[in-house]
Amino acid sequence: MLTEGRYNTREFLAFTGASLLEDKKTVFVGTGFPIIAAMLAQKTHAPKLVIVFEAGGLGPLLPELPVSVGESRTFYKAISASSMHDTMSLSQAGYIDFGFLGAAQMDMYGNINTTVIGDHDSPKTRLPGSGGANDVASFSHKLIIIIAKQSKRTFVEKLDFLTTPGFLNGPIAREKAGLPQGTGPYRVITQLGLYGFDDKTGRLKLVSLHPGVSIDEVQDNSSFDIELPPTIITSSEPSDRDLKILRQEIDPAGIVLGK
Amino acid sequence: MDVLKEGKGKLLGWHDPDEARDWVLQNKSRELKDKTMSVSEAVSRFVHDGDFIASGGFGHVRVSMAIVYEIIRQKKRNLAMAGKTAVHDFDILVGSGCVNKAEVAYCFGHELRGLSTASRRMVESGQCKVLAETSNAGYQWRFLAGMMGIPFIPSRNLLGTDTGAYSSCKVVKDPFSGKPVNLIPAAYPDVAFIHVHRCDIYGNAQIDAILVEDFELSRCARRLILTTEEIINNEAIRGEPWRTAIPFLVTDAVVKVPYGSHPCEMPGMYYYDEEHIAEWLALSKTQEGVDKYFDKYVFGVNSFDDYLELCGGKKKLNYLRRRELLQEPMVAPWRK
Repeated sequence: MLTEGRYNTREFLAFTGASLLEDKKTVFVGTGFPIIAAMLAQKTHAPKLVIVFEAGGLGPLLPELPVSVGESRTFYKAISASSMHDTMSLSQAGYIDFGFLGAAQMDMYGNINTTVIGDHDSPKTRLPGSGGANDVASFSHKLIIIIAKQSKRTFVEKLDFLTTPGFLNGPIAREKAGLPQGTGPYRVITQLGLYGFDDKTGRLKLVSLHPGVSIDEVQDNSSFDIELPPTIITSSEPSDRDLKILRQEIDPAGIVLGK
Repeated sequence: MDVLKEGKGKLLGWHDPDEARDWVLQNKSRELKDKTMSVSEAVSRFVHDGDFIASGGFGHVRVSMAIVYEIIRQKKRNLAMAGKTAVHDFDILVGSGCVNKAEVAYCFGHELRGLSTASRRMVESGQCKVLAETSNAGYQWRFLAGMMGIPFIPSRNLLGTDTGAYSSCKVVKDPFSGKPVNLIPAAYPDVAFIHVHRCDIYGNAQIDAILVEDFELSRCARRLILTTEEIINNEAIRGEPWRTAIPFLVTDAVVKVPYGSHPCEMPGMYYYDEEHIAEWLALSKTQEGVDKYFDKYVFGVNSFDDYLELCGGKKKLNYLRRRELLQEPMVAPWRK
């Protein structure tokens, strides 16, 4: 388990997400964690990070955590306030560097399910569906996925429904299906570790373990085998300044980061 | 073009492009005429049982709640709804039994607030059917093809996924690049309702915010009801014509409803009434609670002003304005 103390698990996840984002790049964000990570990146190492919201907010300076990816906060002091057609067209045309999504269920190729648990036509649990996720994962050069609770139920051998494309069933499957070249999942963040994908197989591969987490825990909380690197490194930790920004400026009410 | 794959989702609201043009010729007046009317007249004239409906804005942002409540009040039935990111609007229309079919890009959820229990219960018990899946861009581009008067638009999303397999799209070999390309069919909702910041009596509208999908939706829907915070003179429209997001040509009804998006947000004017939404989310955990909510807030009031009074009146509305302008701290009563 992640060693909590100076920070809680949710704060650690947000920090890890932020650390993946680069200055002078674009990031297309989904609801919740991805927004918080992009806000932290913008307030620390990536002040010129351009945040893009599907409903039309382009390059806002977020004053507080938006409840919706379509509300007024998402175009506060923005470069432009346009439309879904505009942001999705820019994405399809290749202007989005990072896509950043939350997910309910993922397989070894980084394919995501956010549609249904059980049968599609008589669902056990109905989830919201793709939203913009299928689009973001189809169009972004690098996709980051966050799954707050890795377990055998969320890291699955076979998805109940393939909502959003990862590497489908192997490294060349995306291009074969007609998806834009050179796109696909890049990193996966969970409470246990940070993952990437093997170039040759398109399968999930450990990048680093969070402090206090063992290799066994990573494997025990997955229904599929996770590839391991030759040397295991530990994920970097948030600074006191990162935590102060998260707690005081980004989510003071603890809506996402609180327990 | 060779069809490589065909989605098995039901094709909702598609028309042959010539049939669509003919419908416009027969039914859409080119005359600048006064289209103001009451909310009850707009709904009884333009929303019919069995219609395919679409709500403007973004599910809980700039939503025409006055029309949503009136549809419930008039007990419209068997409606199919565009789940083009449908949030609070969809949840209460499904919860009320008015909508029982949907094409889903995003439904059954309340974004940061979690899942929508009323509409989830209806779909998990089979009382609401999902006819097709798609994505937000997928829906957006159905409206784009509709407003352009073309049968479909090519795209590079939905490919290789179950979302595509359960959509109404087809995958073909692109005759230019030779690569597989997705074809998204046009959509022409029977009626759309969109809440705007201001418009004139003819239905020329300005929106001081992101348009989300409303530029395209307003133009592809067969009938368009506008609700507006304010009615302005036609001279004001003509003074700044570049601000017209929706032209009168496509508008069928204009209804003045200040605070008409409550409890949803109206950008620049008022924020979500989280207290009210939390009350709905708590009550909607049971069907009895759903009935209680509608008895109180829909059937128990005589006007939208009465409804606003019941929700806290001027004091609450002033607070929502300050909250929108970042003068009050964020609250999350749904977490309790």
